[in-house]
Amino acid sequence: MGALGFEWTVALRFLREGRMQTALIIGGATVGVSVIFFITAVLVGVQSDLIQRVTGAQPHIILKPPEETVSPLIAATPEAPRVASVQARPQRLTTIDGWPVLARQTEATPGVIAIAAVASGSALAIKGDATRSIALLGTNLAHYMRVVRLDDKLAQGVLRLEPGDALVGNELARDLGAVLGDRFRVQSADGTNQVFLIRGILDLGTRELNRRYVYVDLRAAQSILGIPGRITNIDVAVGDIMRADLIAARLRAQSGQLIETWIQTNQQVFAAINNQNIMTLLIRVFVTIVVALGIASVLVVSVVQKRKEIGILRAIGATRAQMLRVFLLQGAIVGVAGALLGSGMGLLLVSIFSRILRSASGTPLFSLHFDPGLIGIVVVVSTVLGLIAAVLPARNAAHLDPAQAIRG
Amino acid sequence: MTVMPQAPAAPIVALEQVRKTYNEGLPNAEEVLHGIDLVVQGGEFTALIGPSGSGKSTLLNILGLLERASGGSFRLGGRDVTSLDDDARTRARHTKLGFIFQFHHLLPAFNSIENVMLPALIGGSLGVADKEGKTARARAARLLDAVGLQDAHNKKPQELSGGMQQRVAVARSLVLAPQLVLADEPTGNLDTRSSDSIFALLRQFNREQGTAFLIVTHDPRLAARCDRIIELVDGRIAGDRANRAELAE
Ligand SMILES: Nc1ncnc2c1ncn2[C@@H]1O[C@H](COP(=O)(O)OP(=O)(O)OP(=O)(O)O)[C@@H](O)[C@H]1O
Ligand SMILES: [Mg+2]
Repeated sequence: MGALGFEWTVALRFLREGRMQTALIIGGATVGVSVIFFITAVLVGVQSDLIQRVTGAQPHIILKPPEETVSPLIAATPEAPRVASVQARPQRLTTIDGWPVLARQTEATPGVIAIAAVASGSALAIKGDATRSIALLGTNLAHYMRVVRLDDKLAQGVLRLEPGDALVGNELARDLGAVLGDRFRVQSADGTNQVFLIRGILDLGTRELNRRYVYVDLRAAQSILGIPGRITNIDVAVGDIMRADLIAARLRAQSGQLIETWIQTNQQVFAAINNQNIMTLLIRVFVTIVVALGIASVLVVSVVQKRKEIGILRAIGATRAQMLRVFLLQGAIVGVAGALLGSGMGLLLVSIFSRILRSASGTPLFSLHFDPGLIGIVVVVSTVLGLIAAVLPARNAAHLDPAQAIRG
Repeated sequence: MTVMPQAPAAPIVALEQVRKTYNEGLPNAEEVLHGIDLVVQGGEFTALIGPSGSGKSTLLNILGLLERASGGSFRLGGRDVTSLDDDARTRARHTKLGFIFQFHHLLPAFNSIENVMLPALIGGSLGVADKEGKTARARAARLLDAVGLQDAHNKKPQELSGGMQQRVAVARSLVLAPQLVLADEPTGNLDTRSSDSIFALLRQFNREQGTAFLIVTHDPRLAARCDRIIELVDGRIAGDRANRAELAE
């Protein structure tokens, strides 16, 4: 006794003395924390898998130049249908003016975690007799990888884009009859062309992308597409993808560019995830309240039971503040114990259920993304919760009249 | 030139016209102490007697700074404590006074020696050596030995008899070497033999350490063994006499 100081010593003794009561509140807090831990981990896992699957190789936000308004050259007449005259000239890609400044500004926007400058346009891929229409994307791979994860999409080869290297979709490779290490030619509509070596073959998740996507380095794409030194879009990754449209609105206001978000292209998925988040938030809030009420009620009872002991401690010199802290500490200790045990139990649940719950295709419904940060957050929140729950009982203890308590 | 006689040390306790009304301002208000004047000097061994309901416990609680007087003034060790705030009263209680209650009031979660050390733990002076170089643990151990519990240092209160528990309480009241110990019927719950030995212990500490004791008791036999006997009747001091027989001893 003594090494811990008065408050800790008494708080721990009181908790130990209350055996059953203490076991019950810590048990309650443990169950509550494990439920929260479990649904959070599952939610994060399921959603990030879902979003990964839905967004695939698409960035969260794309900045594009405003469409060039192409006005009809002549008034529409029956002989010269208007539709023909308003077609944009295919060779003229619209590019972003002053993009290095815009890129820096975009990167500095709150909520944005990474950006990549991209020059993209359509072109043809030619190998032997095979010719295929492709989407050519030129970028700095190191930057791009921070916006769109390609590492988990690499089917063969390596992720490298030196000048002359290309990464291609797996269907396109098959259509061209090409394998890893083969060379093929990329040619634009005006005939500019260059030969590339296939460094890597990608599985981008959808057939459409796998048939059309070719990644090359920025400079090569710029020269083939006839836009040297320029780019056609800035791809953006944001920290919280559920807030992508807020960040998009900010970017739209400050850049004057056309902004596209993953939300616009995946409305229903976004709405479903949003509803799920609201529901689980409600569950978490209610579980938290129940746990807090449980801790508070047990401590209130404990103060009543320990009236005499509190009175005697006050009589032999403990101050009100000391008694207050003794009970606040008990709340905090219960919170920490519940958080640690609950995280362990939650983790166990997650690992069991990630094995049991499988989708129709047999793959796990969610992968086990274990985030150690979650335990940290749970411990902090749960400790604060224990403290808050203990405020009322602790005040009761502090304001107890020692003379009354001792008289009986 | 007149030689001033050496000023006597301030009395430990000096009450002047202390009154106590319970439920003040309410219809059931009741004045239970009516103008008490009382001085207790260092080293006194005093009995406080009187019929049930006469206000003995109330007076003791006021002296112990556990309750506030409704009127009058109170000096403790020469310092006016009448209107101190709760924290200051708690500190004064902690440093100057010891308590022994009728129902022992040990903490069941702590063993004997820990119960005795509690006042030092509260004050954060557990590891601090006193003038004689003794830590609170050493003093607690010595006190437990002195009250005859050398074999019960590590026993919990539940494992001890009533008399033994009260011995632990006596040791606890003395661990910070208070000037005055207030004891409210310390033997009221014990058989005659235990009562006698507890009483003898208090007397021994009073003689050896010079600690003053104010002991509420219903037992005339025990009161007769005190140096001074104060009698309270209906909230007034009805008698206050030196016990010559005992003083002569
Ligand atoms: N908290 C209180 N509220 C109202 N009245 C009280 C309170 N405490 C004590 N009293 C009353 O004050 C009077 C004195 O009580 P006190 O306990 O001081 O008497 P006592 O001399 O110690 O009696 P006993 O010998 O039975 O212990 C009694 O009439 C009692 O009913
Ligand atoms: Mg009484």
